[in-house]
Amino acid sequence: MLKKTGVATPEELANVLPSEGRLNRGAVAVLECFQNIPCNPCATSCPRHAIQEFVDINDIPSFDGDLCNGCAICVANCPGLAIFVIDETYSPDETLVKLPYEFTPLPASGDVVVAVSRAGDEIGHARVVRVQNPPVFDRTAVVHVAVPKALGHEIRFIKAGGPSRA
Amino acid sequence: MLRISEHPILTFKHGQQVAFRYDGQELVGYEGETIAAALHAAGVKVLRKSTVLHRPRGFFCAIGTCSSCLMKVNGEPNVRVCVEKLKAGMVIETQQGKGDLREDV
Amino acid sequence: MFDVCIIGGGPAGLKAAIAAGSQGLSVVLMDDADHLGGQLVKQTHMFFGSEQQRAGARGVNIAKELVEQVTSLVNVEVVLCTTALGLYDDLVLTYETEGSYRKLSAKKFIVATGASERMLTFPGNDLPGVYGAGAVQTLMNVYGVKPGNRVLMVGAGNIGLIVSYQLLQAGVEVIAIVEGGPSIGGYLVHASKVRRAGVPILTSHTIKEAVGVNCVEGAIVCELDSQWQPKSGTEQRIDADVICLAVGLSPLTDILWQAECEMVFVPELGGNVAYRDSNMCTSKPHIYVAGDVAGVEEASSAMVEGELAGLCAAKSLGVSGAHLTLQITSARSQLEELRSGPVGDKIRAGLLQAHR
Repeated sequence: MLKKTGVATPEELANVLPSEGRLNRGAVAVLECFQNIPCNPCATSCPRHAIQEFVDINDIPSFDGDLCNGCAICVANCPGLAIFVIDETYSPDETLVKLPYEFTPLPASGDVVVAVSRAGDEIGHARVVRVQNPPVFDRTAVVHVAVPKALGHEIRFIKAGGPSRA
Repeated sequence: MLRISEHPILTFKHGQQVAFRYDGQELVGYEGETIAAALHAAGVKVLRKSTVLHRPRGFFCAIGTCSSCLMKVNGEPNVRVCVEKLKAGMVIETQQGKGDLREDV
Repeated sequence: MFDVCIIGGGPAGLKAAIAAGSQGLSVVLMDDADHLGGQLVKQTHMFFGSEQQRAGARGVNIAKELVEQVTSLVNVEVVLCTTALGLYDDLVLTYETEGSYRKLSAKKFIVATGASERMLTFPGNDLPGVYGAGAVQTLMNVYGVKPGNRVLMVGAGNIGLIVSYQLLQAGVEVIAIVEGGPSIGGYLVHASKVRRAGVPILTSHTIKEAVGVNCVEGAIVCELDSQWQPKSGTEQRIDADVICLAVGLSPLTDILWQAECEMVFVPELGGNVAYRDSNMCTSKPHIYVAGDVAGVEEASSAMVEGELAGLCAAKSLGVSGAHLTLQITSARSQLEELRSGPVGDKIRAGLLQAHR
């Protein structure tokens, strides 16, 4: 249970995962935000209004995958670092995942890093495709990693540069 | 080595590196950081002994409200080293017991 | 004589100074540290709330913005390294600065002194290496010094979760977070961030003892039953050189007691707080409160409360106008919005008890 463990359950995740149809059409955001807390930068930062303007800032975000193009601006703006972009069309065997990363050293394009799950378990390897770290992201880098398709919904963190260094 | 060299969000601006004395030893720290931070970076965590049971004490709150970190600085007892800033040539000493205020007169 | 004297230059005090100063009043803002910003200067994470509270901006940057705004107001005087000592009914405040004892008078005072770290009792809790979470943040984020290499965090409220994340960012290992309650008290997104970084969160667990000769060398943790009693046989030793306590804050209300404001004990607000009305005014008409001293909450609400107190103090001094009324209404509705969700239940219950 999320309240006890800090790790979302498959049932909670199923509520926010875009449909298979949408996932097959290209990059789309997954908002792993399950708690009513006063917060709305995801909506105010989305240039396409795929995340609707909040009526009450305590609401869970209201997301329309059809308006989303996976740009990942929300990934860098969410104060809870709870948004990820998944692109299942990246290649026949790989999914591209864009995740927020605020640690040093920042990985570089081409690096192979350890893929880590929501529970902090090492689940395989990921290939860094791109690192977005523009000044406007204010040091929340967005790292694009390619992983085997089976890991696309599992990888939510990476370990760069050695086993115990976060 | 407890000083942070690389940080994903912050850049640390330090003052000049300065020498100071701690219980007879010469140490270095940055001018303008707190004495407690300078000592901690130099590996000194025990700042005094409690007055009755002589138990080792370090800092606790680091903002000057709990009185755990009292030391003698340049002869003055009961200085809260967690808020007092380091200056070149400071003489820091472990205080024995409650400190003698008569020394300050 | 100043129009408004603000005691405490953290988020609430800064916003109060900007609000009162922007109304053209003569303001003095004092803080006992050598810099303004209070706890904001240590907050490296992005803030929550809405745009009006600078959601998405990092606390350290919000501090810089607020300090710039305050220092640009010519009618606001800032005094640092200054400790308020006593506040009196004849509108006099005594204070200490640079070793000398002084007095000033002001028509209105806003007390925004914040809150301080709570202690937890267990054998060994006085060992060097047992540090408050705020202390660890100060050491790491202000002075760039790691508190140690292996940390046990006690408390899974927002502070425990956020400081654990900041420790990881500073290159320090966080072995585990223990939380005495059955569930995580802080925002679950903060918990998720540290879980995926490999930090276990052990709910219904507490620290039984700190072990070490001259410093912390380890901790004994154990499981708690539903009555919060240690379950025998569940003790585990964890090797650690820092035990970080994030077990709550207590409002720093000394000057309110001394000034004889009517006080009330409200556990939901963190302890003893002053009774106050919807203008943030205490039982003493010249004394207002804002921020954690009025009730331990979040930085976003501290900023809005500070603004509200500053505006209401201005209004009580005769400043009027539609614009002022609008700003006051806006501050009140921002506070309501921040507190209206489920995570605001406790605060709302507490505020009812503190209302005059």
